[in-house]
Amino acid sequence: MGEAVRFLLNGEVVEARGVDPTRTLLEHLRGDLRRTGTKEGCAEGDCGSCTVLVGELEGEAVSWRAVNSCIQFVPMLDGKAVISVEGLGKDQPHPVQAAMVEHHGSQCGFCTPGIVMSLYGRAVAAKGANAPVDEMLAGNLCRCTGYGPIIAAAETIEPEAAPDVADQLAALRRDEALSLDFADPVAGVTRRWFAPLSADELAETYAAHPDAVVVAGATDIGLWVTKLRKPLKTLIDIGRVDELKTITREDGGLRIGAGVRYVDALETLAGLYPDLGAMMRRLGSTQVRNSGTIGGNIANGSPIGDMPPALIALGARLVLRRWNERRIIPLEDFFIAYGKQDRAPGEFVEAVLVPEPAPSAMFKVFKLSKRFDQDISAVCGAFNIQIVDEVVTSARIAYGGMAGTPKRAVACEEALVGRLWNRATIHAAVEALAGDFTPLSDARASAAYRALTAGNMLRKVFIESARPDLETRVPEAAHG
Amino acid sequence: MADSGAKLVEPIVFQGVHASLPHDSAWRHVSGAAIYVDDIPEPPGTLHVHLGMSKKAHARIVSMDLSAVRASPGVVTVLTAHDIPGENDVSPVIHDDRLFADGEVICVGQSLFAVAATSIAAARAAAAKAVVEYEDLPAAITIGQAREADLKIEASQRMARGDATAALAASPRRLQGAFAIGGQDHFYLEGQVALATPREGGDVHIWSSTQHPSEVQHLVAHVLAVPSSAVIVEVRRMGGGFGGKETQASLFAAAAAVVAVKTGRPAKARPDRDEDMVMTGKRHDFEIAYDVGFDDEGRLTGLALELASRCGSTTDLSMAINDRAMFHADNCYFLPAVEIVSHRFKTHTVSNTAFRGFGGPQGMAAIERVMDAVAQATGLDPLEVRRRNLYGGEGRNLTPYHQVVEDNVAPQLLSELAASCDYEARQRAIDAYNARSPVLKKGLALTPVKFGISFTTTHLNQAGALLHLYADGSILLNHGGTEMGQGLFVKVAQIVAEAFKVSVDRVKVSATVTDKVPNTSATAASSGTDLNGMAALNAANTIKARLVAFAAKKWGCAEGDVEFTPEGLRAGAELVPFDVLCRQAHLARVSLSSTGFYATPKIHYDRATHTGRPFYYYAYGAACSEVLIDTLTGEMKVTRVDILHDAGRSLNPAIDLGQIEGGFVQGMGWLTTEELVFADDGRLLTHAPSTYKIPTCGDRPTVMNIALWEAGRNVEETVHRSKAVGEPPLMLALSVLSAVNRAVAAVADHKLFPDLDAPATPERILMAVEDVKLRAGLG
Repeated sequence: MGEAVRFLLNGEVVEARGVDPTRTLLEHLRGDLRRTGTKEGCAEGDCGSCTVLVGELEGEAVSWRAVNSCIQFVPMLDGKAVISVEGLGKDQPHPVQAAMVEHHGSQCGFCTPGIVMSLYGRAVAAKGANAPVDEMLAGNLCRCTGYGPIIAAAETIEPEAAPDVADQLAALRRDEALSLDFADPVAGVTRRWFAPLSADELAETYAAHPDAVVVAGATDIGLWVTKLRKPLKTLIDIGRVDELKTITREDGGLRIGAGVRYVDALETLAGLYPDLGAMMRRLGSTQVRNSGTIGGNIANGSPIGDMPPALIALGARLVLRRWNERRIIPLEDFFIAYGKQDRAPGEFVEAVLVPEPAPSAMFKVFKLSKRFDQDISAVCGAFNIQIVDEVVTSARIAYGGMAGTPKRAVACEEALVGRLWNRATIHAAVEALAGDFTPLSDARASAAYRALTAGNMLRKVFIESARPDLETRVPEAAHG
Repeated sequence: MADSGAKLVEPIVFQGVHASLPHDSAWRHVSGAAIYVDDIPEPPGTLHVHLGMSKKAHARIVSMDLSAVRASPGVVTVLTAHDIPGENDVSPVIHDDRLFADGEVICVGQSLFAVAATSIAAARAAAAKAVVEYEDLPAAITIGQAREADLKIEASQRMARGDATAALAASPRRLQGAFAIGGQDHFYLEGQVALATPREGGDVHIWSSTQHPSEVQHLVAHVLAVPSSAVIVEVRRMGGGFGGKETQASLFAAAAAVVAVKTGRPAKARPDRDEDMVMTGKRHDFEIAYDVGFDDEGRLTGLALELASRCGSTTDLSMAINDRAMFHADNCYFLPAVEIVSHRFKTHTVSNTAFRGFGGPQGMAAIERVMDAVAQATGLDPLEVRRRNLYGGEGRNLTPYHQVVEDNVAPQLLSELAASCDYEARQRAIDAYNARSPVLKKGLALTPVKFGISFTTTHLNQAGALLHLYADGSILLNHGGTEMGQGLFVKVAQIVAEAFKVSVDRVKVSATVTDKVPNTSATAASSGTDLNGMAALNAANTIKARLVAFAAKKWGCAEGDVEFTPEGLRAGAELVPFDVLCRQAHLARVSLSSTGFYATPKIHYDRATHTGRPFYYYAYGAACSEVLIDTLTGEMKVTRVDILHDAGRSLNPAIDLGQIEGGFVQGMGWLTTEELVFADDGRLLTHAPSTYKIPTCGDRPTVMNIALWEAGRNVEETVHRSKAVGEPPLMLALSVLSAVNRAVAAVADHKLFPDLDAPATPERILMAVEDVKLRAGLG
């Protein structure tokens, strides 16, 4: 049976003993605990019907986050507090619930508990919940209302204090790493879960289990279970390693720990690079950014992850660690080929190093997708270009969605550097792009569209620098 | 477990019809206390059913070895076509949808067998162990391939009035065009689900998330080879339907029922999102070609229209859906000479089905595109062209199917909306913006909607209700309509409350169940309130008549002096509280229970000639949309929408406004971001929200002004003169497609007409921009 996972559910301690470590919080709530208010709409973190709030101790204070319970593994909740829709309005309707009723914010009602929880997150100043309503609710799909009544309800929300669970959580705090094992009767494997408490312990555990899957926010690995139905054997949760959750200023830039979640890096990165911030606000949703990590977005090697092209263009470097050995490589060298990264067994991403902007550089990111919010990019292009006296002195350009990996546009860069920043140069650089990439067609976009827009993004970089008076971006122009 | 929600309900003072009351389950929705099928506590021993699926679009099943499936941990039973006690059929019309494939598969995702296991994980893991050997057969995936192979679900249909060919030949001006419109997944947030419990004597009870409990009941009875009376189907609410649970619920209900009866254990079938999207039908995609004649004033003189749709692998409701596309190819416009030819192509893809609008949106998209093309050709404003072609005036009220339009309010709606949204000034401002903005372009379009209300299959236009007054004065209402979020239950409760002048919280609406009201029609075709509201009203009127007769006698006054008031029953000088009245009537042995029935009058239709009066009346609306596009990326945003919609005398303005906004945004999704992509081998590539993109909060138009048309009254004797509102607003979103097409045309100063396909994804918009640039020599 092993140890029990313990967490607070709506203020009361719940013990899950003998639980499959890859059982999701949603399955646990609905199936084991019979809290059926939280719904399964997609089981992949895209619809938000399963939204709950999770509180965790950060130092001595509790921070709250709305997350998708469908892709949170139960052991990830150990020592944390969960508030589900059943935790609201026990005695009388919570103001958020009353506002939803008053504004006719529910029709079929299935997405409603998730929306109520996202709105409640806004009331208690949960992470990322202070954004414009559109952005805050991008991870809560509703098929009935058209959203207007929900937006109206959201606009009435008054701030309130979240339940004070700091002492209860402190009492649940572990001194030793959580370690679980579970014999999966269906897959016929024994599944193990380790949650080390320090980077050293993580390095040691991973070295001992180099075939393990490293889990951070589970916004990707959750789907390996719920969608791909992979019978995972060994998982190592890095979510308990506080050292990996820090952002520190180092010489000429930032050191972002591999466990830093998007939401916790957003403000800092947006301060340095406003376009990067704008892109990150569209990456996933509030719930995804509250769980997912920048390190995970890199380590999973996805060809369509949005952070890698931006970070490659910025000249970011990666700190890789295996046992007690560390090495630092340019981020673009990490991605070798589709599904293949420069990472040895037992080696993990410890941090990413992001340089500060060069004084004369212009940095732009364009994320193209079918839907503006919460959609995986068809193409993501990032442009870090320095121009001195109308001559391009350096250019780092990288794309996602154009190849099997996030990749620099080397030929395009060469066509720019040393040339005058003008229409003719841009024309030549766009032509050169054809030599950099041979994109594919898939459900998101055709190869032709990808190739065309990759070039048009560069054209737009030029237009925006040459004609700052023009409106060139739909969302900004749409909101006046 | 959260509380039942009952204590959250606050007392409501008397408000009957025309009041903006909240959804009947609003408090339960927000508290998580509303119970959907998957929330019902599973009875002990419940089995979880997973359906094995075809990996091929069209193939002969050479062999199917399920021994490893049976041997897999947790498996209790595995069922195939050979294990079905009765008929292997779950189709709504012509017995061509198999519960389990038998010898041949006709689409990817077709159900092959059912595995029932102690957990869904065990069932899925077991199903993956099936060894199926296929022999590929020729497959038609696209409309083009089916056209080439001449595969159809029925003969092509022709609807005509006048001599279109001659009219076209004689037309002063003439043009042709073609475009395509994609399908749409329903993406109800609650997926398909059924929970079947065996009962004594081979009976079975099924909780199903369905819009059509009677059909599920009848099909399950056939599958089990038992009479309909042995099967009870119950549905309290759905987490969205939109047409996707009209016929598509039967497969899962039947699979669960067969497992339950075979094993004697409760059985639940709940596909996950991906399985649901792969296995269930969608809105039909269409290819449309037009040949239109017109004069210099933009008035149509003749029209030949070809509508071709992808029906998928079986008939399902495709005949009626394609008929409705033809019925709406006129929209609000008089077509002096018209021929509409409709091809219903059979493809080896999942069988397409009902979806809000039921073919109407595609037909309407055709004529709206024609209007835009004529406007471009004549240089007239598109709204002016639309107005000139509206029904109205001597000899200009006959539809292509020979129904006379008697309730036309489109001219007023267009005028009022054009004024309130400042159409003309904005059109000028947009032209000025486009002239100075090389990267971003704007487009504006105002389009009307006229949607025919009634099932075009005439016999479906009937409904029943069962109403009980209890001796304590509480009221229990049951009717054949199902609640899927549209607010049907509160509207019908309002109608009953109004009849007795009691507060609506006195009227409890119970789950729809086939043993209370039999032989019901689907809750579909926007008809839910029209039919069930009237049936409930008739039941209430029956009981009222008994109470009036009783009261007149009891309190010694004329029946004419008996009146229901919010304070109670007034009988002469006597004022009797409602609960006292019920108690007294019960003691006097007056029946306090009644059924109610309603059948829509006036309607008839001859499908052989496509003539008649298929619709009792029409619902109207108009919308004006403004969009902004990026000519470098194709990105688009709807920046402002103004809507004026006719819901007749609205039974519940808040509910109706919710239908209008929700319908519009759903239609906007269909026409913009929602793209279904099939691989060449027939696999659906967009089978989850990660790849299939319905509108999210930020896609809502930046400014959205929605108004019910205050003057609206149904000219027909519908319940309290209201109009159906479920489907019509979806088509208001056609204004978005027109606006985008116009923004694209602005790239070449409207000198060329872009026949932009839908959905107008960023890719399609950009490619249309490129095409216009190329044709205009702007490369």
